[in-house]
Amino acid sequence: MSDSTDAAGSRSDSTDSASGRDASMDTAGSRAAAALQSYWRANIRIMAVLLGLWALAGLGAGILFADTLNAYRISGTGFPMGFWFAHQGSIIVFVLLILAYCLYMNRLDNRHRRELESTRQEG
Amino acid sequence: MSVQAWTYFFVALSFGLYLFIAWRTRVRDTRGFYVAGRGVPAAANGMATAADWMSAASFISMAGLISTMGYAGGVYLMGWTGGYVLLALLLAPYLRKFGHYTVPDFVGDRFASDLARVVAVSCAIFISFTYVAGQMRGVGVVFSRFLEVDIHIGVIIGMAIVFIYATLGGMKGITWTQVAQYWVLITAFLIPAIAISIKLTGSPLPQAGLGSTLEPSIAGETGVYLLEKLNQIQADLGFSSYTATFVGGWDKVNVFCVALALMVGTAGLPHVLVRFYTVKSVKAARWSAFWALLFISLLYLTAPATAAFARYYMIDSLNGKTAQELPSWFENWEKTGLILWMDDGDGVMRYSAGDDNEIFRGGSLSHAELSSIQVDHQAWLDSDGAEGADGRTALRARGLSGPDRDIIVLATPEMAELASWIIALVAAGGLAAALSTASGLLLVISSSVSHDLYYRVLRPNASESQRLSVGRSVIGVAVVVAGVFGIYPPGFVSQVVAFAFGLAAASFFPAIVLGIFSKRVGTIPAVCGILAGIGFTAFYIIACVFFGMETWTFGLFANGISPQGIGTIGMLMNFAVTLGLTPLFPKPGKEIEAMVDAGREPEAAGPAVMIESAPEH
Repeated sequence: MSDSTDAAGSRSDSTDSASGRDASMDTAGSRAAAALQSYWRANIRIMAVLLGLWALAGLGAGILFADTLNAYRISGTGFPMGFWFAHQGSIIVFVLLILAYCLYMNRLDNRHRRELESTRQEG
Repeated sequence: MSVQAWTYFFVALSFGLYLFIAWRTRVRDTRGFYVAGRGVPAAANGMATAADWMSAASFISMAGLISTMGYAGGVYLMGWTGGYVLLALLLAPYLRKFGHYTVPDFVGDRFASDLARVVAVSCAIFISFTYVAGQMRGVGVVFSRFLEVDIHIGVIIGMAIVFIYATLGGMKGITWTQVAQYWVLITAFLIPAIAISIKLTGSPLPQAGLGSTLEPSIAGETGVYLLEKLNQIQADLGFSSYTATFVGGWDKVNVFCVALALMVGTAGLPHVLVRFYTVKSVKAARWSAFWALLFISLLYLTAPATAAFARYYMIDSLNGKTAQELPSWFENWEKTGLILWMDDGDGVMRYSAGDDNEIFRGGSLSHAELSSIQVDHQAWLDSDGAEGADGRTALRARGLSGPDRDIIVLATPEMAELASWIIALVAAGGLAAALSTASGLLLVISSSVSHDLYYRVLRPNASESQRLSVGRSVIGVAVVVAGVFGIYPPGFVSQVVAFAFGLAAASFFPAIVLGIFSKRVGTIPAVCGILAGIGFTAFYIIACVFFGMETWTFGLFANGISPQGIGTIGMLMNFAVTLGLTPLFPKPGKEIEAMVDAGREPEAAGPAVMIESAPEH
C-alpha cells in the first residue's frame, strides 16, 4: 500500500533487471513517490503557516498581547483592540483560516492528480 | 395568541418536523446507522455539526456568562471556535480518509491494541454521558419555564422524541434532524439580538452594534459608545470594567490555559469528530469543517453582542427604579427565581458589586428555602431589623448575588419588547439546541458500545442485523439513563463539564494527532501517554472540585491553574510521555505504517477508503 516502500523496493529490483520496460516502470514509480512526498511537504507547510496564524490571532492577539492591544481602539468603533480580538476578531480569523486551507488543499489535490496522470502517460 | 399558546405551537411544529424527518430517513444497515451511509453533503454536515456542537449551554447560558465576565468571557468564544481550526487542519481530513466508524476504532487500529480501544471507549462514554445529562436537564428547564410543565415531564417528553428519531434513523436521522434544528436555533437566537441591537444602537447588525454609539434617546447624549458607557456604569456600581483584560482570578495564565484546553478539547470531542465520518470524501470533510465553523460563528459572533446589550439594558432598566417603574419582564422572570429583589427598605432597587446590592437569584435553593428567606426578610423590613433576618446577607453568603446568567438570553426578547411569537421561538430554539446535542452524544454512546465493544472486541463475527439491533437497544438504554440523570441531576453534573473538555484534550487529541503525523509512535507509549494525561487531569479536577484541594501554581505562576484549564497541562503531559517513551519501544509493524501512509495520501492517488472495504467492516 505504501508508495514510499513500493518505490524503494522497485528501485533495488531494477538494478538486477535488464529490461527497458522495467526501467521505465521504475522511474514512473519513483516519480509518483516523489510527487507524493512533495504533496505531503506542501501540506505540512500550509498547516504550519495557518496554525501559526491561528496561534497569533487567538492565543496571541486575543490573550497574550490583549492588555497591550487594549490601549488602542479600532478607529470608528468603540472596540478596544484586545477585547475585540477576544470576542470577535479571533473567530473571524478562524473561519478565514479554514477557508484558506480548503482552497489551498483543493488546488494541491488537483496539481497532484495532474502530476500523477502525466507520470502515468509518460510511463 | 398568548406567549404560552405560541410556545405550544412552535414546540409542536418543530417536534412534528423532527419526527417527519426521522420517518423519511430511517435506516436498515450499520453504515447508515453509524455514519449516515457516508452520503451527507458538506454544507448539510456543517449545519448538523453546528447544531450538534451548540448545546443548551451555548444557546441559553453562554451569552449570560459573557455578560457577567466581560473580556474573560472570550475564553468560551475563542475556546469553542478555535478548536475547529485544529479539527480542520489536523484531524478531520485524515480521519475521513482512514474511513472508520468511530474514534475508538481509529485509536484501536492505529495502535493495534484492544487496551487502547477499551481506554478510548471508556473516555468516549464518560465524556458523552457527562454532557448528555446536562442536555436533558436543559430540555426540562425550557419546558418548565416556558410551558409551566413539570420539569420531569419535560425531560420525559424530550427523551421520547430523541428515542424515536435516534433509534429509527441512527446517524442519518440525527444528521437531517440536526440540519432542521440548526435553523430553528439560529433564527431564535438572531431575531431578538437584531431587535435589541436596533433599539439600543440603531444598527441592524448586532456584531457591528456592539462597537457602535448608543441611540441618543437611550443614552441621553450623542456619540457615546455602548462599550464606553457600559464600562462607566460598571465602574459606578463597583463592578470591574467590561472590556478590561485580566481582572480577578482570570489572570493571563488562566485565560490562556482555559482557552487552550477548550480549543483542544473541542477538537477531541468524540461527537464532533464522528461527524466527519459521515461525508462523501476527504474534500467534503475539509469543507464541512469550514461550513461548521461558519454556521457556528453566526451564533458565536452574536452572543458577545447580546451579552453586552442585555447587560446594559438590564442595569439601565432596573438600577435606581421603584416598584412602579420596573419593566414587566422583571415580574415575569421574578416568578421563576432567576432574578429576585431584596429591598433594603427604601423602595428603590439597587444593583451593585457591594453589600448594598439588592438583586439576587434563587440558584439551586428549593422553593421552601427561598420563601422562608423571603418571609424572614419581610419580617426584618417590617420590624426595622428587630426581627427576622436580612435576606440579602443570607443570599450573599450562599453566593447568589446578581441575576441568574440564563436570564440574559431567555428574557432578551421581552427586554426588547418583541412580539409574543418571538419569545415563544426562543423556547423552540433552546429545545432544538438541547435535543440536537443530546442525540449526537447518544449516538456516540451507542456506537462506542455496540461497534467498538460488542463487535470489535467481544463478538467479531456478529451479523449485520445483530449489530444494528444492539446499536438500537444501546441507544434506547442510553436515552433512559440520560433521562434519569436529567430528572435526578447528580450534583456534580454542572461542575464536570470542564471534566469532559479536559479529558478530551488530555486523551484523544494527542493520541490522534501523533497517530496521524508520526509513524514511529507505537502502542505502549501511546497508551501510557493517554493514561498519564487522563490520570493527571482527572486527579486534579476531582481533587480541586470535590475535595477542596488548593490549585497548583507549578512554582511558575502567580495564581493556581483553575480546573477548567488543567486539560492544557494534561495534554502536554500526554505528548511528553508518549514522545519520551517512543524511542524505547519498537516501531509499529508494516501494516500500521501502510495504514498511516494511506491516510496521508490524497484521494486521487490511492483507493478511496481502504479500511472500509476490508472484510471486517
